[in-house]
Amino acid sequence: MKKKFSLWTVMLLVVALLLSACGGSGSGSEDASGDAGDGGSGKVKLEIFSWWTAGGEADALKALLKGFKEKYPNIDVVNAAVAGGAGSNAKAVLSTRMQGGDPPSTFQVHGGAELFQWVNAGKMSPLDELYKEKSWQDKFPQKVIDMNSKDGHVWGVPIDIHRGNVVFYNKAIFEKYGIEPPKTFDEFFAAAEKLKANGVTPLALGDKNVWPATMLFENVLLGTIGPENYAKLWTGELSFDSEGVRKAAERFKKMLDYVNEGHSSLAWQDATQLIIDGKAAMNVMGDWAEGYLVSKGWKPNEDFGWIESPGTTDDFMIINDSFGLPKGVEHPDAVKKFLGYLGTPEAQAAFNEIKGSIPANTETDMSGFNEYSQSAMKDFKAADEKGTLALSLAHGSAAPPGFLNQVNTAVNMFVTQKDVDSFLRSLKQASSQLQ
Amino acid sequence: MNTQPTTAKRPLLPRTNAKRRLSKDQLLAFLFLTPSLLLIAVFVYGFIGWTGYVSLSQWNSIVPDLSWAGLDNYVQLFQTFRFQADLRNMVVFTILFIACVIFLGQLFAVLLDQKLKGESLFRNIFLFPMALSFVVTGVVWRWVLNPKTGVNLLLDDLGWAFGWYTDTSVVPGWSLFQIEFGMPIALIAVIIAAVWQMTGFSLAMYLAGLRGIPEELREAARMDGASERQIYFKVILPQLKPITFGVIVMMLHISLKIFDLIYTMTGPGANFVTDMPAVNMFDTTFQANLYARGAAIAIVLLLLVAVFIVPYLIRSRKGEA
Repeated sequence: MKKKFSLWTVMLLVVALLLSACGGSGSGSEDASGDAGDGGSGKVKLEIFSWWTAGGEADALKALLKGFKEKYPNIDVVNAAVAGGAGSNAKAVLSTRMQGGDPPSTFQVHGGAELFQWVNAGKMSPLDELYKEKSWQDKFPQKVIDMNSKDGHVWGVPIDIHRGNVVFYNKAIFEKYGIEPPKTFDEFFAAAEKLKANGVTPLALGDKNVWPATMLFENVLLGTIGPENYAKLWTGELSFDSEGVRKAAERFKKMLDYVNEGHSSLAWQDATQLIIDGKAAMNVMGDWAEGYLVSKGWKPNEDFGWIESPGTTDDFMIINDSFGLPKGVEHPDAVKKFLGYLGTPEAQAAFNEIKGSIPANTETDMSGFNEYSQSAMKDFKAADEKGTLALSLAHGSAAPPGFLNQVNTAVNMFVTQKDVDSFLRSLKQASSQLQ
Repeated sequence: MNTQPTTAKRPLLPRTNAKRRLSKDQLLAFLFLTPSLLLIAVFVYGFIGWTGYVSLSQWNSIVPDLSWAGLDNYVQLFQTFRFQADLRNMVVFTILFIACVIFLGQLFAVLLDQKLKGESLFRNIFLFPMALSFVVTGVVWRWVLNPKTGVNLLLDDLGWAFGWYTDTSVVPGWSLFQIEFGMPIALIAVIIAAVWQMTGFSLAMYLAGLRGIPEELREAARMDGASERQIYFKVILPQLKPITFGVIVMMLHISLKIFDLIYTMTGPGANFVTDMPAVNMFDTTFQANLYARGAAIAIVLLLLVAVFIVPYLIRSRKGEA
């Protein structure tokens, strides 16, 4: 017994050590961000929190921070980015820090419901004065300011605008089979049928994280019921068991017949890669996919083309990243300087050219942007005038996280079960979270 | 634990001398134990209590709201499709994972026990996976079993492409409540990875156990004319029962709480075929900000582990006395 027990203890210790080692690596990023800026004594330390840790996003953030450092050499900027798919880890770290009274100087947040949850919790300071000082009310589009305003105050400075309703397609495949890019659902399904008959996967999907599937659904929803009704869903004026939503669910179901095998094991980048490899023809994604395609050496309008997702030709699904000022930060003035810099045309140009998004400040010089971004900017302005901008649900702008989580659950089930009735029931049930 | 002096033994020592020394020792022991006792009281049991309290509250947004909700969170939790699927996955995973770890661990231990050359090399090879964290295991096996890379490139050439963790079917799939009962095929991939990681541990335990069995027992059996096979099945394996019990308890709590392997390898999976309660807890708490419901999942997990671990603790206490 004795021998066995000491072996036991040793084993337990080993396991405990292993476990603590795993735990340590998880929280390491936080520690690093806390210590990194202590070098410059006397300097003001500014901690910029985001989930831009890889690829074009990280480079764009670096360009932004570099520009800021040149302008304000006395402020020490700490890049406190937390890695993890679509910000999942960053959001967990952020809630812990905010609730623990240790907010980062400023953090990345999606304009809309995601920002408002912090406002409702009383954790943010209003930025009205900054807006007045910089006369941003005239420089940012009204819709984008609305996405960052609540209770008569502005709470966030928009750094970029992304479009969520784009179909990127492989031009060579479309030319080979003589297919026109589809504008309506009928054209889409006709094209998909033709592609399938020729052994090409019509639609690439990578929903390892569920949001790309939710994004596909919100696009079908927008294309089916139109931006006005789409907006009514979030205020409760339109119910989730209405005829339009049912029709959208059925179209979504039909679309899933044309997606690649094994999609639930792929990330969105893998799905975009299928387009590059010529294995799939189309991919419904936000315009960060454009950044990915370009980073792989593909040229806009030469190797790949783009078109609005079916039925949304005049609409613009908007996703916006903003930075705000949390209450209780150490150097609010320095944070305001950073936010002030964020909104300037040169900062917006430096950042968005690399990230593949379009600037929120309308005075930004667009000459350095590529063909895709220029066309996205044109579409944005047109949609802004027509009032056909729509808030993205999948990216937390349209509805609070509790609702989004339940929609993701419902979509995750639907992708395999394809049961329209139970899908609508789950959506309806989730809508009690909206208020 | 087992070296602690018991009351029965104390009178055997010289009285006067022992009493003073023991009390001094005891004082020191108390001094050293108190800080950690206090820390554990606050950071383990205190937080368990706090989690329990949160799970009974209405804190289901980013703002703390500790008003009383009773068992609402638990009732709602058990009604969700995702949690029902979690429980099914957990049962299937636990049974298969533990069965494989015990079978393979025992098999390898018996083979290694044949006094073969270079034994320590083999032992190290089998023990090495244990040095990795589940995070690494998850990433490696995710790649190995990816339908488009890894072993599938080989299987593809033979015409045996397999979906591994992308297969969303449940076999045989009897529907009960909202979910399908049976074996989720995608879970097999996860079980393979987990078994790969933990077999070394069970091998080490069994090998130590085998080495602890005196050679005389085998000799005696041989004298009685037992074959080597009979010796293993009738003499040696029955002696390893306490080890099997220990391995089961260790593996049980790993499999009930498993998070990192799932999180890095597959995530919840389409239709939640590879989801586990711990992953659900993370999503519910930190993505959806449903803190009370997340706490409810944590408490359910704690109770599940307790159901299996407490009997073991009671048993081991009895064994000591």
